Amino acid sequence: MSGATYRISRDDRSFRQRLFEPPAVGKMSLLANLVASAILLFWSLFVLFPIYWVVITAFKNAETVNNGPFFIPFVDFQPTLKGWTAQFATDPYCDAYSVGRQLFLLVYNLFAFILSPIVKIEKMEPQICKVYLAYTNSFVISFGATALCIAVGSMAAYALARISYKPKFGNIVVFVLLALSAIVASNYFEVHWAISSSVVLALFYLLARSLGRRFKSTLGNDDILFWIVSQRILPPIVVIIPVYMMFQSVGMIDTHLALIILYAVANLPIVVWLLHDFFANLPVELEESAQLDGSSRFEIFWDIVLPLTRPGLAATTLLTLILNWNEYLFAIFLTTARAQTMPIMVAAKNTGERGILWWEMCAIIMIMIIPVIIMAVVLQRYIAKGVLLGGVKG
Amino acid sequence: MSNGTTMSQPGISPAGLSRGESWGEWFDRHSRTFFIAPAVTLVLLFAIFPTFYTIVFAISHVRFSATGLKFRTVWFENFAAQFTGNEQVHFLGRFTSMSIAGWVFSLVTAGALLWWLYRAVVKGATWIGLAGRLISAAMAMFIALLFAATLLSGNQWGTLLNTLFYVVVGCSIQFVIGLMLAFLCSQPVIGKNFFRVLFFIPLMITPLGVGYAFKMILDVTKGPFKPFWQLVGLGNWAWSTDAWAARWFVILGDSWQWIPFIFIVLLAALENVPKDHVEAAQVDGASGFQIFREITWPQILPVAATVMLIRMIEAFKIVDLPNIMTAGGPGIATESMTLHSVFLWRANDMGDSAAVAYLLLILTVVVCSSFFNYVVLKRLRRARA
Repeated sequence: MSGATYRISRDDRSFRQRLFEPPAVGKMSLLANLVASAILLFWSLFVLFPIYWVVITAFKNAETVNNGPFFIPFVDFQPTLKGWTAQFATDPYCDAYSVGRQLFLLVYNLFAFILSPIVKIEKMEPQICKVYLAYTNSFVISFGATALCIAVGSMAAYALARISYKPKFGNIVVFVLLALSAIVASNYFEVHWAISSSVVLALFYLLARSLGRRFKSTLGNDDILFWIVSQRILPPIVVIIPVYMMFQSVGMIDTHLALIILYAVANLPIVVWLLHDFFANLPVELEESAQLDGSSRFEIFWDIVLPLTRPGLAATTLLTLILNWNEYLFAIFLTTARAQTMPIMVAAKNTGERGILWWEMCAIIMIMIIPVIIMAVVLQRYIAKGVLLGGVKG
Repeated sequence: MSNGTTMSQPGISPAGLSRGESWGEWFDRHSRTFFIAPAVTLVLLFAIFPTFYTIVFAISHVRFSATGLKFRTVWFENFAAQFTGNEQVHFLGRFTSMSIAGWVFSLVTAGALLWWLYRAVVKGATWIGLAGRLISAAMAMFIALLFAATLLSGNQWGTLLNTLFYVVVGCSIQFVIGLMLAFLCSQPVIGKNFFRVLFFIPLMITPLGVGYAFKMILDVTKGPFKPFWQLVGLGNWAWSTDAWAARWFVILGDSWQWIPFIFIVLLAALENVPKDHVEAAQVDGASGFQIFREITWPQILPVAATVMLIRMIEAFKIVDLPNIMTAGGPGIATESMTLHSVFLWRANDMGDSAAVAYLLLILTVVVCSSFFNYVVLKRLRRARA
């Protein structure tokens, strides 16, 4: 607001004017301000109430839940820790040692899985209470998937912003035809999937090198970007059945690695879309001068580009982390016990002979949503500064 | 390939190490490939390949045997079952003779679509544009006929229209309320930073948690609104047996979660509207509504169209909320297509499950690309012009 504001001194105005007329240009009248605040406060109640209800129900017991609504702890009802003790205190494996053992188990089993074609190592069995198991799983899977997704996505986004690619349209057609023939071969002529896919890859490599030079029409970076981003339209249910079969054929059902890879792919379009915008807006001169100084592309990317886009990177990471933490559909297909994530564990509480034990349910919903609420508040700070919204405007 | 410059061009030079070259140099020379290859490989392997492979499931009867899955190709039988066969009631709905309202609605829609196509021909659309419009119009006509034959003729509809109900009605409500809140928060009200943080939170809460929270709150006999239900004489009302109540309550939960998304994006757009324009209009004595309609709305329209597109894409995938709140019930009244497919998969009916999943893909792509072409692109062009 530069220059003079046309403020009318308060004494000159009657009550009626104060109520209906704004005191200055760009300000709101008293009445409008009151109405707006009332609506916003009402909406705050609507937003907060479900969360509040979950929190207080977590400290109720069977009696205070079933005998009608009680709203205020200590006034309406006496809070208990029944919902918590039932799950945490009575189980002998609900301690820090079990969590440590579980984390070691994850690393150990990963090596056992990687080495399994060479040497047979007995896998460790989890020995930990259900809630902690699901919680560790959720942490490991969402952090792993986020790391993978950001690593792969930021590299692709940077490449699409800076390096010009010209994939031959003919090569893509050849690849699709070969992939389809691999599907037909392995499905209808009983060729093993490993053989058919390696034959197809070898054939594609040869054909792309020989035949590829004859193709004229090429696609550009925008096409690749659109192709990757448009994967978000794909409903996850379309891919899940074959993905389930793929993981089953390599013995990866109910493993963390399967979910990590799948979550990373599911969020790749968002990450590439958001980060591409940041990278494309960086001044290219910095990178050019580093290139003149003899830096390799990886050094430029790691030492110059990534530090410069730190806010965008942080916000994208947070968003991906939250999306991974909340994921539900892939997890119900791909996990049965060992790799169960929090949402699946909560949903499994639904089935009981005595109906839903809401106080236990709310206790675990509470510990499930506390991390996301914290992350959401942090993420909101980035969004308020305008980070992450560049893509939508374009 | 006689001199060094062409040698260093990736893609033409041999893949192996050249003489006197370290691994680091080789790595750098191929960096353009290494940068993009992981992403492309992952997408090809876990998105494109399964999408194609789902076709194999969709055109087969699949059964389990000792050696693995046995496929028997039945071509379009699974798809036909959804439209005319034994899955028809589940997917499309129940049909009887069409009511007068149904006929009127269908004829009006047909007329509007023909007029739209005629306009495109007169304006001289390209062949591809015309083909796209024909596909969109065919889909719209099919949905209109389905709507007329089920709801307007007093019959239950199936999962296809359920999904569209969540998308169209849910997204519209969320857009209107989200826009309203964003507009209020862009005004100089007290405590707007607090509201901004608070209103954002529901978006990030685990949808499953949202489902259970709303299931609990909407419980008529134990929930917090028990006194209210008793007051209006619905003390023993089981809303989960009432199709429309269940649908609206799912939308309520969905809106609680997604209004923040519309809110946060539109708020950013509203704050980008230059203050001078608005203030100039205020000095000229324009009313708040006039300012919004003439100045603010045209400027946020491109962002609004984009945000609706993103919201629609996500809305087509809805599965958690109906699954948790009503398990698709009563009957199939709240079942979305994704949930329909999941239930079929649980019943080991992989062929039909894949067929429903594919129909969802087709529906999503046609509706979203129609929206993109006829709404978003138009607004973007107009904004740039």
